[in-house]
Amino acid sequence: MELKPNVPEGPLAEKWDKHRFSSKLVNPANRRKHKIIVVGTGLAGASASATLAEQGYEVSTFCIQDSPRRAHSIAAQGGINAAKNYQNDGDSVQRLFYDTIKGGDFRSREANVYRLAQVSNNIIDQCVAQGVPFAREYGGTLANRSFGGAQVSRTFYARGQTGQQLLLGAYSALSRQIKAGNVSIHSRQEMMELVLVDGKARGIVTRNVITGKLETHAADAIILATGGYGNAYFLSTNAMASNVTAAWRAHKKGAGFANPCFVQIHPTCIPVHGSFQSKLTLMSESLRNDGRVWVPATPGDTRKPASIPEEERDYYLESKYPSFGNLVPRDVASRNAKEQCDAGKGVGTTNLAVYLDFADAIHRDGKETILKKYGNLFQMYEKITDSNPLYEPMMIYPAVHYTMGGLWVDYNLMTTIPGLFAIGECNFSDHGANRLGASALMQGLADGYFIIGTSIANYIGSTSLEEVSGDEPAFSDATCGVKDRIKALLNSSEGGPEGKLSVDEIHKELGLLLWDYCGMARNQEGLEKALSLLPQIQEKFWSRVYIPGTGDELNQSLERAGRLADFLEFAEIMILDALDREESCGCHLREESQTDENEAKRDDANFSHVAVWEYQGKGARPHLHREKLTFENVTPSQRSYK
Amino acid sequence: MSTKSIDLTLEIWRQKDSKSKGDFEKYSLENISTGMSFLEMLDVLNENLTGRGLDPVAFDHDCREGICGMCGAVINGIAHGPEPETTLCQLHMRHFNDGDILVIEPFRSRAFPIHKDLITDRSALDRIIQAGGYVSVNTGGTPDGNAIPIPSATAESAMDAAACIGCGACVASCPNGAAMLFTGAKISQLSLLPQGQPERKERAMAMVTTMDKEGFGNCTNERECEAVCPKRVSIANIARMNREFVKAALLG
Repeated sequence: MELKPNVPEGPLAEKWDKHRFSSKLVNPANRRKHKIIVVGTGLAGASASATLAEQGYEVSTFCIQDSPRRAHSIAAQGGINAAKNYQNDGDSVQRLFYDTIKGGDFRSREANVYRLAQVSNNIIDQCVAQGVPFAREYGGTLANRSFGGAQVSRTFYARGQTGQQLLLGAYSALSRQIKAGNVSIHSRQEMMELVLVDGKARGIVTRNVITGKLETHAADAIILATGGYGNAYFLSTNAMASNVTAAWRAHKKGAGFANPCFVQIHPTCIPVHGSFQSKLTLMSESLRNDGRVWVPATPGDTRKPASIPEEERDYYLESKYPSFGNLVPRDVASRNAKEQCDAGKGVGTTNLAVYLDFADAIHRDGKETILKKYGNLFQMYEKITDSNPLYEPMMIYPAVHYTMGGLWVDYNLMTTIPGLFAIGECNFSDHGANRLGASALMQGLADGYFIIGTSIANYIGSTSLEEVSGDEPAFSDATCGVKDRIKALLNSSEGGPEGKLSVDEIHKELGLLLWDYCGMARNQEGLEKALSLLPQIQEKFWSRVYIPGTGDELNQSLERAGRLADFLEFAEIMILDALDREESCGCHLREESQTDENEAKRDDANFSHVAVWEYQGKGARPHLHREKLTFENVTPSQRSYK
Repeated sequence: MSTKSIDLTLEIWRQKDSKSKGDFEKYSLENISTGMSFLEMLDVLNENLTGRGLDPVAFDHDCREGICGMCGAVINGIAHGPEPETTLCQLHMRHFNDGDILVIEPFRSRAFPIHKDLITDRSALDRIIQAGGYVSVNTGGTPDGNAIPIPSATAESAMDAAACIGCGACVASCPNGAAMLFTGAKISQLSLLPQGQPERKERAMAMVTTMDKEGFGNCTNERECEAVCPKRVSIANIARMNREFVKAALLG
């Protein structure tokens, strides 16, 4: 595998312009002769599908849910960043670029991040034109709010439902192209395999989840917009169907996987409340603007929060980080919560929670002011926990939220397989080791609306593509492979459920292993232990999983089993990657690499690179490649929030 | 967060596939924590059925935080269950009592054929949007976001309508199986905003016609849709849709 980032020459600010000029084009009349497959209909997939169809390509779009509108982008709450500088507070493309690359702890590619900042403004214009009801000032102009990791107000929002509104905008553009006959939509289809012909990505095998029928689809290029892999941990803020399968299938066919250990753990989620818990719910981090985080000073103190006097409370973020206090970045807040709970000071029935207390803010600003700011969040919290944060402190705990790692892509967003592109959370390209708030929506739409079109034209315009019909042996081989795999998954279920385990039981075991040893804080001993325990879980899965029913029908247990089988394989490179990166950066804390004050310590001399894993076959240790990161326009600095 | 355990009797609609005839089956479930969500309770039931070698209950769900619109079932006659403004995934078991009998069935409508158990085909709603639920702008070449000022109140009203999650509870609860709250919400959002003006008439005609063609019924002001809507979308949107449609039909 050769890593060619294909970053254009020239000054940073001119690279994207130069690249667009030097990229090949496809004549409008010829575009309809080229078929493009898009897998996934979140912000990246829906916007890419609509845009490519508008340009004249024949697009086939696939989604796992019953409708393209349900993709998990819909759940994003806070907002979307753009360098509009509408607030006249000193924002610029350069500043958005700098904040994003610094927020990522200098582990992303300069040119990609700069381009993201450049196209951010077009995204807002596009979404407004579609009728996205962004919040407005009384004068009718667009409103902005501030967000973590930035000192300017550049976040555009639609109440607490920005992801929903942006996705519905992209979905409406997609719907228009479906109606026009330019996109054929395949819902309730799961991508099971990638098909290569002559080393190029030329098709996919999908399973219709309603009928169990396998289908093959051929194309000239394939775009994966299949999201992140946070559900490897079983519990995360991701939707239940979010999975790594499409990306992992691509990886096994030769696509490099970059920085799999970079997983963002969000500090303010509602704590786990029992073993039946199926997913975790995020509470916007804006709550930390007014809430004070504390735990009882004495381990094992089980009194009600109101009965614990002020002097017996430990406001640990305020004492440890006097200048940033409760507003330290996500990774720092998460790690400290874990540290307190590990020391026995956690609260709640599971002792895995810390308080987020609004009492002082209510006393200072009044109930009404606080409710105006956070009323909907308080209501959401009360709905789930039956406790009102006006009268009792909230209980929060960190949860897996977003994965910065993903398929390695070059400047064109093409993976190491020619003709296979990865966009949105599915790729690794823009967020380095930590993503800033309100940047995920920006990246998904930047990739889909404004970048992938250039890449597709350039690829098709510069590649000789033989006609592929879907009848080639590569397609039937891939289909046979999928059939065999489904058979293998069902194999251990013969003879009934006696002595067997359900898919979820095994998934929870994998989740706990990753959470304990490859979660918020990692060390060599723990990672090596995880690596030695993983094969036992894999073995348990293949020999003892019980899946009722068959592969020829709607079978939700089988769907989950297929995804878990891939998570079980994928977990290995997550752990290996965390083990190899003997530095702390962004979300990745190696306990061996800390400053004297127990803060994350980066090691630029040895780890200023993207770690890219190459599959070497079943049972073989994957091979590590490194893409060196060079910084010509910014100087990496050590983060400090003291 | 004090939780307790309750025992329940569930009567769930079981149907093998779209062609088979379905029926209710009874299950008893013990020791359900009141801290669980309704879907987690169904997860527990399914683990239990799986362990006994029985077919688990198929149900749609995804985000489990009340925004994707994928989940939904009728609980004792009420779409999404007894709590107002709540999707099934956000309904918690503390709203039920020990010994309760819960009758659980899919969203029923002529336009929503059943795939299996509680899973229905709601693609008719997608086709209503495809008929005209958009502003016809291509990517690129759009004016600056602040070029058209929109009064804050207008943006808020548009957002109230745009909050629809497309779950289909409105259809399931309507005695006529109407999709007018759903369709009215999208027509309202775009007719309120300046961006939606150029295609206002064509949109209203196309979406209403498609809605009828898909087999949805008409509104007779029962207001059941509004009562079960998890996002409190108002029936004022239906009135607005009717005005838009009449204007488009009469004035052309």
